[in-house]
Amino acid sequence: MAEYQNIFTRVQVHAPAYPGVALPRGPWGRQGKGSFSHLLGRFGDAQIGPIYLGTTGLLSLICGFVAFEIIGLNMFASVHWNPLQFIRQLPWLALEPPAPSNGLHFPRLQDGGWWLMAGFFLTSSVLLWWLRMYRRARALGMGTHVAWAFLSAIWLMLVLGIIRPVLMGSFGEAVPFGIFPHLDWTAAFSIRYGNLFYNPFHCLSIAFLYGSTLLFAMHGGTILAVSRLGGDRELEQIVDRGTAAERAALFWRWTMGFNATMESIHRWAWWFAVLCPLVGGIGILLTGTVVDNWYLWAVKHHVAPMYPHVFPPVVDPATLTGTP
Amino acid sequence: MNTMRCLVFGSLGAASALFGLAGCERPPVETLQGGYRGLAMEQVINPRLDALKAAKNRLPAVIAPAPADGPAAASVYQNVQVLKDLNVAQFTRVMLAMTQWVAPPDQSCNYCHGSNMATDDRYTKVVSRRMLQMVRHINSDWKSHVANTGVTCYTCHRGNAVPQNVWFTNPGESSDTGLIAGNAGQNKPSPGVGLTSLPYDPFTRFLLGDANIRIISNDALPSGNRSSIKQAEGTYALMLHMSQSLGVNCTYCHNSRSFAVWDASTPKRTTAWYGIRLTRDLNTNYLAPLKSTFPEHRLGILGDTAKVNCATCHQGVFKPLYGESMAKDYPELQGEMHHAEAPGSAAPAASPPTASLLGPR
Repeated sequence: MAEYQNIFTRVQVHAPAYPGVALPRGPWGRQGKGSFSHLLGRFGDAQIGPIYLGTTGLLSLICGFVAFEIIGLNMFASVHWNPLQFIRQLPWLALEPPAPSNGLHFPRLQDGGWWLMAGFFLTSSVLLWWLRMYRRARALGMGTHVAWAFLSAIWLMLVLGIIRPVLMGSFGEAVPFGIFPHLDWTAAFSIRYGNLFYNPFHCLSIAFLYGSTLLFAMHGGTILAVSRLGGDRELEQIVDRGTAAERAALFWRWTMGFNATMESIHRWAWWFAVLCPLVGGIGILLTGTVVDNWYLWAVKHHVAPMYPHVFPPVVDPATLTGTP
Repeated sequence: MNTMRCLVFGSLGAASALFGLAGCERPPVETLQGGYRGLAMEQVINPRLDALKAAKNRLPAVIAPAPADGPAAASVYQNVQVLKDLNVAQFTRVMLAMTQWVAPPDQSCNYCHGSNMATDDRYTKVVSRRMLQMVRHINSDWKSHVANTGVTCYTCHRGNAVPQNVWFTNPGESSDTGLIAGNAGQNKPSPGVGLTSLPYDPFTRFLLGDANIRIISNDALPSGNRSSIKQAEGTYALMLHMSQSLGVNCTYCHNSRSFAVWDASTPKRTTAWYGIRLTRDLNTNYLAPLKSTFPEHRLGILGDTAKVNCATCHQGVFKPLYGESMAKDYPELQGEMHHAEAPGSAAPAASPPTASLLGPR
């Protein structure tokens, strides 16, 4: 009998490579005949290809490459084309957006113009990839759930990179392209707006983020645990409940009194994942435009609890007379 | 297959050790609670590293006190401009102290004085005179920051002719980079701001200039605060510098739930507020004006003098020299002698370093 209690997939079915269902008529076909990789089969399906590139895929890759090059070459230039320093300092390097004083004008290339171009090509690349996902799903006669989930992540990226900066009237409000720089930007963003932890949409986003990991673990764990009883045939079990589905449901009713069904668990997972960046984006969009200090907002609405003072009263020295 | 598995996990482990743990320090790590419970008002300390730090922050032996009577130094020596209130014994004691604390051992008195002790032909002497005025100014006019602990030359110099922690304006890359994007004064691993990618020279704007540090609004809703996130990064850089220089966490001064609100902060934030003004005062009125006095090799890229920031005195410790008052033993440095406080009135002798970390200032 197959073993399921293993971090690797233990079952690898060997059959001739499957090229996929017939494609509707179009200028592109699938490339390659398909091959097999045992190692990849331990993590996913052992069959590699055939792949479908298509017009949107090709354009997306080109745009993504252009953005990658603009960002990467500017970083490389900032260390005077020294390959060792490029590797050593890479986590610190960045392509910065225009200065806040620039507002919404198109600056010279060296003053943020490159950043705008990189942002344009990256956005184009991501939106083209979204279109490709949508059209590939349609071509296979599937639903378009994955594309809409992806769009939720794109929404957050666009809010941070362009929608909020435009509402604030300055490209300088946007995120730099860089590893540490975008993290330091994130911390500075929270500091500037009085602690993002008091932003209720940020709270929701975190709940959905952590909730997603929890649901993922619960669902993955449940299905692996009942696979020996046929539970991995989830789609059949949605409409034709077998002992695997019954036991899984009973397990959760015993442990927490309530259970999802073989179908609903996937809707839970999809909505948790989609809502994480969706509400996060709303929270970012409201920051600076509608609310300027989230801590004070939370105090005003009695969200932030007050704690006993343990220090002598501290007053702002700038409000005292006679201070330097 | 086993060899491959080992290789895969081995390289994964090595990679995570390199990238994940590079910023970590070796245990033990302890936390001291400093505020109301549950608010993470804590200081993270590492006794192993603190022991190393304590060894570097011992006070030098006190030079024997000078008798209070005797002829005035100004009547015996020529060209005495600052220490006119001292008698000869006190004056000589200060000279001896500066020789021990500042002058390179191989040069001793000659570091500042030529064969004629009275002339100002060496720049080091002219600078020392201004620094003596500065020390007295700090001890008499900046009690809001240095309290009765006070400072001496040693607080910054520690046996070095130039204190180890000074800064020059860092103009960054030349602005003439052609079409290549500028770095907006940040994104270089800079030790001055804790190796973050934040602006690497927060000092020029905040500790020489008086750029606004406060970027957080005092109102919940937008009411005209146009501070940008880039400005916030500047403030963040300065705060990281303070944290690094004092070897403390943000919560030494702030309640991290609201960095801005004063009534949630600790009293130490007030001391730090005065400290920022103190460095501005020293940089503007004492150090920057020495530009024409210093030879070129002592100046920065832009021809500016070495300046002070928090690290210059603190050197990684929440109070310089763990708050042990050295100035109390040197009434000559306290200000004009007739204003000087009695030596005994200074802060009590320090308890073990970390025990006073969260104590009153």
